[in-house]
Amino acid sequence: MNTQQLEAPVKVAEKVKMHSGSEILLKALLAEKVKTIFGYPGGAIMPIYDALFDYMDQLEHILVRHEQGAIHAAQGFARTSGKVGVVFATSGPGATNLVTGLADAMIDSTPLVCITGQVFAHLLGTDAFQETDVINITTPITKWNYQVTDASEIGEAMAKAFYIARTGRPGPVLIDITKNAQIQQVPFAQYIPCNYIRSYRPKPFVRLEYIEEAAKLINEAERPYILFGQGIILGRAEEEFKAFVEKSGIPAAWTILGESALATDHPQNVGMLGMHGNYGPNVLTNECDVLIAIGMRFDDRVTGRLDKYARQAKIIHLDIDPSEIDKNIKATVPVWGDCKETLPLLMNRVEAKKHTAWLERFNEFTAEENKQVIQPEFNPDTEVLSMAEVIDQLNKLTGGDAVIVTDVGQHQMVACRYAKFTKSRSNITSGGLGTMGFCLPAAIGAKMGAPERTVIGIAGDGGIQMTIQELGTIMQYEVPVKIIILNNQFLGMVRQWQELFNSRRYSFVNITSPDYVTVAKGYHIPAQKVETREDLVPALKTMLDHPGSYLLEIMVGKENNVFPMVPQGCGVSEIRLK
Amino acid sequence: MEKKEYTITVYTENHIGLLNRIAIIFSRRKINIDSLNTSPSEVAGIHRFNIVIDETVEVVQKLVRQIEKQVEVLKAYYNTNDEIIWQELALYKVPTSEIAEKAIVERLLRQHGANAVAIRNDYTVFETTGHREETDRLIKVLEPYGLIEFVRSARVAIIKNSKGFHEKIREFEQYAPSETVRENEYLNKGEKVFSM
Repeated sequence: MNTQQLEAPVKVAEKVKMHSGSEILLKALLAEKVKTIFGYPGGAIMPIYDALFDYMDQLEHILVRHEQGAIHAAQGFARTSGKVGVVFATSGPGATNLVTGLADAMIDSTPLVCITGQVFAHLLGTDAFQETDVINITTPITKWNYQVTDASEIGEAMAKAFYIARTGRPGPVLIDITKNAQIQQVPFAQYIPCNYIRSYRPKPFVRLEYIEEAAKLINEAERPYILFGQGIILGRAEEEFKAFVEKSGIPAAWTILGESALATDHPQNVGMLGMHGNYGPNVLTNECDVLIAIGMRFDDRVTGRLDKYARQAKIIHLDIDPSEIDKNIKATVPVWGDCKETLPLLMNRVEAKKHTAWLERFNEFTAEENKQVIQPEFNPDTEVLSMAEVIDQLNKLTGGDAVIVTDVGQHQMVACRYAKFTKSRSNITSGGLGTMGFCLPAAIGAKMGAPERTVIGIAGDGGIQMTIQELGTIMQYEVPVKIIILNNQFLGMVRQWQELFNSRRYSFVNITSPDYVTVAKGYHIPAQKVETREDLVPALKTMLDHPGSYLLEIMVGKENNVFPMVPQGCGVSEIRLK
Repeated sequence: MEKKEYTITVYTENHIGLLNRIAIIFSRRKINIDSLNTSPSEVAGIHRFNIVIDETVEVVQKLVRQIEKQVEVLKAYYNTNDEIIWQELALYKVPTSEIAEKAIVERLLRQHGANAVAIRNDYTVFETTGHREETDRLIKVLEPYGLIEFVRSARVAIIKNSKGFHEKIREFEQYAPSETVRENEYLNKGEKVFSM
């Protein structure tokens, strides 16, 4: 730590007012411009909640129904707002209930600051009531964590927490505060934000020679191809990216976390990568000569089998996290840095081109996929609805302006494939961890992070039941979030795999649902069940026109599959259309 | 890719919990740590880890980057055995009666460069430093004379071509990120290539 920062408050210590650790914490949150906290009280965090009572006019606290709901809501909030999500939880079970969300935020690079209460410092290690070693439990799933046992540490710990969470490759930070430190009175002059940690390099140094090498490769390329991920959104580089794409004329495909960084209908947006991605973007990965990966990490769901992935191509990898370079795919030219800085540098060095013939290749595949998969999905010859046609109709009604929050499974892949987006920060999903139960709480947070936007949570009948208690939060705070349950009466994705790879041995995928309309009614949330095609559009309209929250249960084909699909263990060009 | 012994040297802040943060980078990938030592470094307040593992260079490179990614880690290096000078310390407890009676034991100990650090009526403790094979050899030698206890420390290693961390820490203390060597086959500019 910068020693000046440490010494300053100490020198004036005698003149300054005494404050409890809890107050210092809340002052830190205010100084970091936090307005919304998602949390749940309990014994070991009671002093903080007591202090919060006096800050009710400045800090909005959303009382969730389960701590997992709090952290997913904070994730949704962080993703739509671009701010750091803040979570309060108590010790022991409160803290362990955060674990799934921390792991999710870690793998999806979501900036969070989680505050957990802890037993009194003198009780640490005694198996005290609701004591758990939350620091060690959360070490692998936090970017940084720290246990505070003395109130004088709180200001500095909070400053570091916010700085670490939001800078560089963002991630979750957990601060565990023992109860004595929350109560303890210490002199506190003012909160000093952190903007430097000696051992921490948020951004790697940008090397121009690498940019030049990359530009040279791009200029010489005949079939260059851009893959983009969430890095563009996290780096707030959507404009820079669009300018680069348009000048270079290169087709660009997205990972599901990067999806809304470029408008869906942009002529160079060729679609989705990966296991259930589009036909062309997968197959042509193995035909391009230069692959430009921007803010993405070559996840196995994107690459399929690595030894059959883009072997012919030279790889240019732009990433802010040096450990991502060469992790899965060896980079020919690594471009370390924040893409907000590197993309304009690269753009200035690439020639303005139009890769018309190469783009046409993508269009050919799109036409084939359209014929074989998309049109049959949008206009099924069955009486029962398909997930895809629901999304298609939703697009027509929203014009692509809504925030779509999904859960995990078939509906997620369908929503990511077919939802249209006109704005960034619009596709909120659990990508890396694949956390079922993410949708409902994340949608609450997403709406609070972007109150001016329409937020639609789309979940399956499996995932919704994992965190359905958060309907209570929606009820209590009247969060005007729309919820669509695509009910196929199965854990659809697992069932699809069992059908395709386990000879239809449907092992424990048959899940029953409550009457969701009645459940919603219990929470005073208007709801409707849709079973027929003619009811679909009117119901969607009713939902969208309703000023408050609204739940729509839509019955869809029981045994529909998501295609195309790159089966596990296959290369991307072995993608199956049926 | 061939597995080899690599010594990873990590310069860190001295913070509680960092040992765990570093150790789980290995255990998560089911990589066994052969030896781990933490100590002060040449720079006051900066800690130095020495970690020995048997792995391929590709795995080691990835591990080192994951280690460097940790907020409280300043820098991590990896070296093969020919790039370092290293030692391990071993202690041997043997019955004093055997040592006193058998002149051959005394000669053997001298041959292995062992020193007595404690002599009691009932036992004597010898220490020796050296490479693994050397300290191992003395176990074999002493076993017939009733070796009571044996313990060996982790490896400590000095990097032959390192200029130490004094200059590096000054770079770290400046605002801008520092530059370090990283190889890249394509660019083939071994030197001056930036890693973090």
